[in-house]
Amino acid sequence: MKLTTFVAAACIAALGGAAFAEDGALKVGMITTLSGGGAGLGIDTRDGFLLAAKLAGGDKLDIVVEDDQRKPDIAVQLADKMIQSEKVDILTGIVWSNLAMAVVPAATAQGKFYLSTNAAPSALAGKGCHQNYFSVSYQNDNLHEAAGAYVKDAGYSKPFILAPNYPAGQDSLTGFKRLYGGELSGEVYTQLGQTDYAAEIAQIRASDADSIFFFLPGGMGISFLKQYADSGLELPVVGPAFSFDQGILQAVGDAALGVINTSQWNKDIDNPANARFVEEFQAEYGRLPSLYAAQGYDTANLLLSAMDSADISDADAFRAALKSADFDSVRGDFAFAANNHPIQDIYVREVIKEGDVYTNKIVGVALEDHANVYVDECKM
Amino acid sequence: MTPLLFIEQVLNGLQFGVMLFLMAAGLTLVFGVMGLINLAHGSLYMVGAFAAAAVAGWSGSFLLALVAALAASAAAGAIVELTVIRRLYDRDHLDQVLATFALILIFSEGTRWLFGSFPLFLDIPDWLSGPVTLPGGIEYPLYRLAIIAVGLSIATGLFWLIARTRLGIRIRAGESDREMIAALGVDISRLYTIVFALGAALAGLAGAMVGAIQSVQVGMGEPVLILAFVVIVIGGIGSIKGALVGALLVGLTDTLGGLLLPEAFKLFMETSDATATGSALASMLIYILMAVVLVWRPRGLFGGAT
Repeated sequence: MKLTTFVAAACIAALGGAAFAEDGALKVGMITTLSGGGAGLGIDTRDGFLLAAKLAGGDKLDIVVEDDQRKPDIAVQLADKMIQSEKVDILTGIVWSNLAMAVVPAATAQGKFYLSTNAAPSALAGKGCHQNYFSVSYQNDNLHEAAGAYVKDAGYSKPFILAPNYPAGQDSLTGFKRLYGGELSGEVYTQLGQTDYAAEIAQIRASDADSIFFFLPGGMGISFLKQYADSGLELPVVGPAFSFDQGILQAVGDAALGVINTSQWNKDIDNPANARFVEEFQAEYGRLPSLYAAQGYDTANLLLSAMDSADISDADAFRAALKSADFDSVRGDFAFAANNHPIQDIYVREVIKEGDVYTNKIVGVALEDHANVYVDECKM
Repeated sequence: MTPLLFIEQVLNGLQFGVMLFLMAAGLTLVFGVMGLINLAHGSLYMVGAFAAAAVAGWSGSFLLALVAALAASAAAGAIVELTVIRRLYDRDHLDQVLATFALILIFSEGTRWLFGSFPLFLDIPDWLSGPVTLPGGIEYPLYRLAIIAVGLSIATGLFWLIARTRLGIRIRAGESDREMIAALGVDISRLYTIVFALGAALAGLAGAMVGAIQSVQVGMGEPVLILAFVVIVIGGIGSIKGALVGALLVGLTDTLGGLLLPEAFKLFMETSDATATGSALASMLIYILMAVVLVWRPRGLFGGAT
């Protein structure tokens, strides 16, 4: 872990000396996953965030990056250390919902701001919402709801749906069913971390399904798609963006071509902020940005926009400045709902091949100005 | 549920079982002959998959990739045995667990340094892709049939090696009395290196074959390692026959349990609840199987009497 911390520190140093900013800079603690199986997501989040900080001049944010190893106990330790000894003003960066649940309530209770670059569990959107907690990414249900809406609009009447048997997986299928609302040909919970889907694929083959919806983040999705492509089944496949993101697609290869997925961002959303982000990210890191990088970038820009109009020492003014979301999002229109979660368009993307690189293009809009169903439960 | 679905799932269980056997065979040999608990066995599986992905990407040949996986994991196994494992034979199991756990971390971070944090691409070759139609009208992926065939032939080869060759005699002798065969003039340290490299090569081959249908990423070996330990505990530690029977039992139990339990719960529960409860119970099934076997035969199905 020393090594990754060192590498992270070196990256920060390289990005215009943000770690050695003069006094007066806002101190940001970023807790994210930089080692282990989920490291790709955390690295993209960090790189997007640091890129925005660099483009803003590099001396406004004093960023400390630490690796949570995808472990809730480590994340809690890091958060305590950052709040107590590093005296950070803002926490951000957590990728996974179970880690967010361990860190966010304690941090906001101590008066710190938490800006989520990804995880946004329903427990923090409804009754557990907090005025100092902002989700810049989405609410966890959103992309699944959009997939449900898409499947319904596309006229499919018997989708087969599957997700891992853990809270986010259950939320996923619930979210899908919320806006799909019709009949299912089958519903299966797989094991978390499962790598072989032969049994599920056989069940799909034996069913009368006319389409498939799945939520299998990370390596699980790669395995499923490769095995599905080899099975000879040719039903249309729909999923949330997580299994079709830039970092993962190259490992899936041809098996992903033509798959429909839902996302609040893609590199071809036509606005100047997005064009600049995609260009600068490629120039800086030599690869295409992912959803997570876009979320990290937007989070940093939201923070910078709030700093322009308010000072962190006046928490109420700073909170109001955050809530006004007066920044150029790479997603175009962006606003916060009453429970500090985004109101935004959610797009339908299709996996394509551009030259040698697998990527996504937008083929439609699944939901316009979509918020979330937990707004009314939130009493701030 | 149709009979076709059931037969297809039995094939899936078999395929899963023979993969587990390739992992478990090395683990059980190393434990049986050297008395060593090797947690880093999953890392050798990962080394095989990464070597295969790298060579397949460079050369485009899947067979070459498999050879590379065998060579790389055997070499990694031999190097690890010569530099680290060798010093652990006389230590107690706790020291072995600590040292081989450290090896997992070194292998994982080392692989990340070499290949980056994103999963690698390794695909089935064209001549093995797509489904074939079996008698009875079952469509089944050719590649999985190939895995079953390769796994079973390697199992046969291993039985022959252990039962019929000089190396096999020495391995069996090493299992029953280490000091004695050393006293009889067998170069015991070379035997250990060979056994360890052989086990590593089998794990690497499993990693490469599975890598083509799953994702090649850092940390892919650890979930399989746990199952492989379950297999050798069920089969009896040190027994190749036990590893084969245990692996097939675990493979079939896991696959068929995942299919049948939710169906069974649907008889008296609402569909959504039945799938959630059934899946949760199915994931526990192999551990329940292990517990039952251990109550019935505390040394495993084919464990020694000592």
